[in-house]
Amino acid sequence: MIEVLQPGLYSSIQDLGRFEALDSGVPVSGVMDEYAAEIANSLVGNPKDYAVMEITMMGPKLKFMEPTAIALTGADMSPLLNGKELKNNSLIIVNKRDVLSFGKLKKGFRCYMAVSGGFQCKEVLGSKSMYAGITKAGNITKGDKISINASKVLHNIQFSKLKVNVDYLDILNLEVFKGPEFDKLHHKEQQNLLTTKFSISKDNSRMGYQLKELLKNSLHPIITSPVLPGTVQLTPSGRLIVLMKDSQTTGGYPRVLQLSQTAMNVLSQKFTGQKIQFQLKA
Amino acid sequence: MGFALTYKPFGVHGLLIEWPQRIDESILHDILRFKTKIKSHYASKLLSINHAYASILMVFVEENFDFHLEQRELETLYEILDDNKQESRLLWKIPVCYDPRFGIDLEVLAKEKNLDVAQIIQRHSQPLYTVYFIGFLPGFIYLGGLDERLFTPRKDTPRLKVQKGSVAIGGTQTGVYPSESPGGWQIIGNSPINFFNIEEPHPCFAKAGDALKFHPVSIKTYNDIKTLVEAGVYQIESEVVDD
Repeated sequence: MIEVLQPGLYSSIQDLGRFEALDSGVPVSGVMDEYAAEIANSLVGNPKDYAVMEITMMGPKLKFMEPTAIALTGADMSPLLNGKELKNNSLIIVNKRDVLSFGKLKKGFRCYMAVSGGFQCKEVLGSKSMYAGITKAGNITKGDKISINASKVLHNIQFSKLKVNVDYLDILNLEVFKGPEFDKLHHKEQQNLLTTKFSISKDNSRMGYQLKELLKNSLHPIITSPVLPGTVQLTPSGRLIVLMKDSQTTGGYPRVLQLSQTAMNVLSQKFTGQKIQFQLKA
Repeated sequence: MGFALTYKPFGVHGLLIEWPQRIDESILHDILRFKTKIKSHYASKLLSINHAYASILMVFVEENFDFHLEQRELETLYEILDDNKQESRLLWKIPVCYDPRFGIDLEVLAKEKNLDVAQIIQRHSQPLYTVYFIGFLPGFIYLGGLDERLFTPRKDTPRLKVQKGSVAIGGTQTGVYPSESPGGWQIIGNSPINFFNIEEPHPCFAKAGDALKFHPVSIKTYNDIKTLVEAGVYQIESEVVDD
């Protein structure tokens, strides 16, 4: 069991998402940065679809009530175990009553913690991903006691050498495909969309990232149609909205681009004021 | 049925099938028949499938699926789609209290439409609506069949908080907010029932293709129903209809 001493800014349990209730309007949810989550699971010997803790900007303070092994990936938030510095992207042995805390955010925006054996949360509609209204809460709060499964690697530790790429935390370009309404943009509008360096507005969350610079356009609203995480919507006022994992399931704004999962990993690690540029993949 | 369909890739996993872009019950029935066929044909090859007014979005488990191959397969599948009579559907009777303490936009709307409040209620509770799909929020039902006299633009500035159960009109559509949320539709009443209940095996009782009718109730009945709903013993009235 893990006791939440401090929840941090926004931490939640997420797996790869919930796909069976889209037609009841239930968002997909799941980890924003699938690459970091997969690496975290691999480091502790879990299958890649196991639920992990997604930690945003300011880390929580967690007390382990049983020994286990963990791994931290994605954003570097200066992690500490009992006050001693830890390294991201490595297997960390944790003893009973150890306290994990975080310091300054050094790089990226979302950090992922996998525990060996996985979290023991209730599955709702086929997923453990937290989403308010579907699971009991949307994020962890002070005093929560999170059950974990017994570690499988603890008695047979293999410090596997895993080549971890952290360069993506600094990438400007987002790999995209044309969305269904891309071809309805005028040539000039398409060019602006693909050559502008956009900055992340303060409206960014698990639901979506709004971009600050407006893109003048002549598109009309569409009849409400399905959208996916990674869909880029363009509003009549020129606002670009990149839908993320907790986004609605349908929408009425033109869908001009679709991000690849790699691009979603990159964007998930960005925060207010940082720049991105769309790069069309043929 | 034979609509002219278009097929478009949607990222590396997705395939979008589009019908003529309009709100039309014959398109909905075509979509639902094709969707059932696609689900059984592709089965576990699909990560998810979802539809809206005039499109279906399929998401494949496999990345980089062969788009042209799948398009041809879907075209063949669509050609042999049997034109069977649609299955019988359920008609849900939804209690709504149109009292002004819930219907906060009723009077303004009445004035704009040059109708009195009773006429608006009558025109809203008269039609047999069709459930096109559920989207936007868990349990938000997109309905077709609103009386043209009640078409009304969304508010210029959306309200930050719309109460759970609010029955509202937005453009050519009407619907019920299943949970408290921001919203820009004009609010004309409130329904005491749950449109989304995670404790139920099917969290949203209605499904695409079903019919729905609003049934005006007094404040007292509203409160009685609300008590039953909260105790978990209210049964939403429904019946099977054959068109």
